[in-house]
Amino acid sequence: MSSSALVEIRDLNFSYDKRPVLQGINMTFPKGKLIAIMGLSGCGKTTLLRHIGGALKPTKGTISFDGQMMHELDQDELYAMRRKMGMLFQFGALFTDMSVYDNVAFQMREHTDLPEEIIRDMVMMKLHAVGLRGTHNLMPSELSGGMARRVALARTVALDPMLIMYDEPFAGLDPISLTVVGDLIRRLNDALGATSIVVTHDIQESLKIVDYVYFMANGVIVAEGAPDEIRASEKDFVRQFVHGEMDGPVPFHYPGGSYRQDLSLRA
Amino acid sequence: MPAIKTIKGIGHRAINAVWRIGMATRFFLLTLRYSGTGFRRFHLIIKELFSTGVMSLIIIVVAGLFVGMVLGLQGYETLKRYGSESALGVMVALGLVRELGPVVAALLFASRAGSAMTAEIGLMKATEQISAMEMMAVNPIARIVAPRFWAGVISMPLLAALFSAVGVFGGYFVGVVQIGVDEGSFWSQMQAAVDFREDIMNGVIKSLVFGTVVTVIALFEGFDAPPTAEGVSGATTRTVVTSSLAILMLDFILTAMMFGGS
Repeated sequence: MSSSALVEIRDLNFSYDKRPVLQGINMTFPKGKLIAIMGLSGCGKTTLLRHIGGALKPTKGTISFDGQMMHELDQDELYAMRRKMGMLFQFGALFTDMSVYDNVAFQMREHTDLPEEIIRDMVMMKLHAVGLRGTHNLMPSELSGGMARRVALARTVALDPMLIMYDEPFAGLDPISLTVVGDLIRRLNDALGATSIVVTHDIQESLKIVDYVYFMANGVIVAEGAPDEIRASEKDFVRQFVHGEMDGPVPFHYPGGSYRQDLSLRA
Repeated sequence: MPAIKTIKGIGHRAINAVWRIGMATRFFLLTLRYSGTGFRRFHLIIKELFSTGVMSLIIIVVAGLFVGMVLGLQGYETLKRYGSESALGVMVALGLVRELGPVVAALLFASRAGSAMTAEIGLMKATEQISAMEMMAVNPIARIVAPRFWAGVISMPLLAALFSAVGVFGGYFVGVVQIGVDEGSFWSQMQAAVDFREDIMNGVIKSLVFGTVVTVIALFEGFDAPPTAEGVSGATTRTVVTSSLAILMLDFILTAMMFGGS
C-alpha cells in the first residue's frame, strides 16, 4: 500500500439480496486530498461511503483506512477507527433534541474528559469557522437548510478527524449556501490537513473545489481524473453528466414494454 | 393454488413473528449489557424520566380518578345487594392495587409514553441521527436506548402506585362523600384487608414487568422501524397494539402465578 494513501479500496464487490451494487471497485484516497465520487442517484456512491465507515462489509475485496482493514475489525476496534473519521450526512442529521452548541460539543463530551470551559472554547471556534457562532443557543428546527448543513459540518470536524466524508453536501441548497458549503469543505480540508471524500452529483460546484474525481455508474467506476480532465473528457457518460444532456448512455426513458401496446393501439 | 398460497402466507408470518421475537430479545439483552453507560451518566435517565414519567402524570391522575369513581359506584351497587356496603373500601383498594392500577396505568403508559418513544426513535432513524451517532463512535443502544429503558422501568411502578392512590380517593369521593358509606368502615376495612406483601408488592411486581415489556417493545419498534413516514407510523401503531396485548396476556399469567392457587 502506498504510504501516502489514507484510504485504499481494492476489488470491492457488494451485493444486496443477490443484486450486485458495487463491482470490482478500486480507489485510492491520498492524504490531504479532496476527492469527489460522482454518479447518478442509486449508482452505489453512498454504499461505498458506508463501506469506508465500516457500516457495511464487502462481499469480496478489501477497504483499508489508516493501515487497518475496516471490514475485519470488531465493534470496539471499529469505534476506535471511527474516532479518526467524520461524516456529514445529506441533510446534516443534527440531533433535534439538542441545541446547536450541544450538537457540536457532543463528541467532545462523549470521547474526551475535557473541562466544560475548554469544550466551550472549542465549540465556539468550530462554529466561528463555519460562520455560525451566533447560533449556538438555537435549536436545529430554527436553522435554515444551509445553516443546518454548516452546523453539521462544525460537528463533523469537532475532533479534527483525519478523514472527512460528505454524503451529498450540496443537496437542496440555494446558490449562496452551495458556494459557502463548497468553500468551507475545501478550506476545512486544507486547514485540518485532512483527507476528504465528497459524494455528490453536483458537478459544477464539485469541480471547482476537488483535486480528483471518480465517476460511478451501475456499481462500477466508468471514469476518473483531475477536474480539467473531466471537463475535457470525450467519454459519452462523462459528457452527458457534465453537460446535463437529456439523452445518452443514461436513457431518458425507463425500460418498459411496447409504447403502442401500452396505448392499446393496433399495429 | 389458493390453499398453498394461504399456507405459505401463514408460514411466512409465523417465521417473521419468531424472527422479531428473537430480535427483540437480543435487543433487550444488548440494552442490559450497555446499561452501565446510562447509569454512569444518570442525568440522561433523569431527562428521560421527565419525558416518560412526569409527562404521563396528567393522564394517569385523571384516568385513575375516574376509574376509582366508577369502581366506587359499581362496587356500591353490587355490595348493597348483600348488605356489605361497608366493604366498599376493600373492594376499591384490592381492585386497584392488584389489577386495575398496574394494568390500566400500563395501557395508558403504552399509548402515551410508549408510542412517543417509538415515534421519536423512528424519526431519529429516518433523519439519520442514529447513523450519525454510530459514525461518531457512540453506541446508540448505550446513549439512546438504555436511558429510555431504565426511565420506563423506574417510572411505571410509580405511575401505577399513583394511579391506585388517586383511584382510592375517587372511590372514597363517590362512596363516602356522595353516597354516604360510613367513612370509618371504608378506611378501617381497607387497612385490615389489604396486605402489603400479598397485594401491594404483587401489584408492584406486575407494574415492573409491564414497564419492562412496554418499554422494550416501544424501543425495539422504534429502532426497527423502516426509515419512512409510513414505517414510523406503522411502528407506532404496532407498539400500542403489541404492548396492550402483552400487558393483558402477562396480567393473566402473573395473576395466576400470584393469586391462582390461594
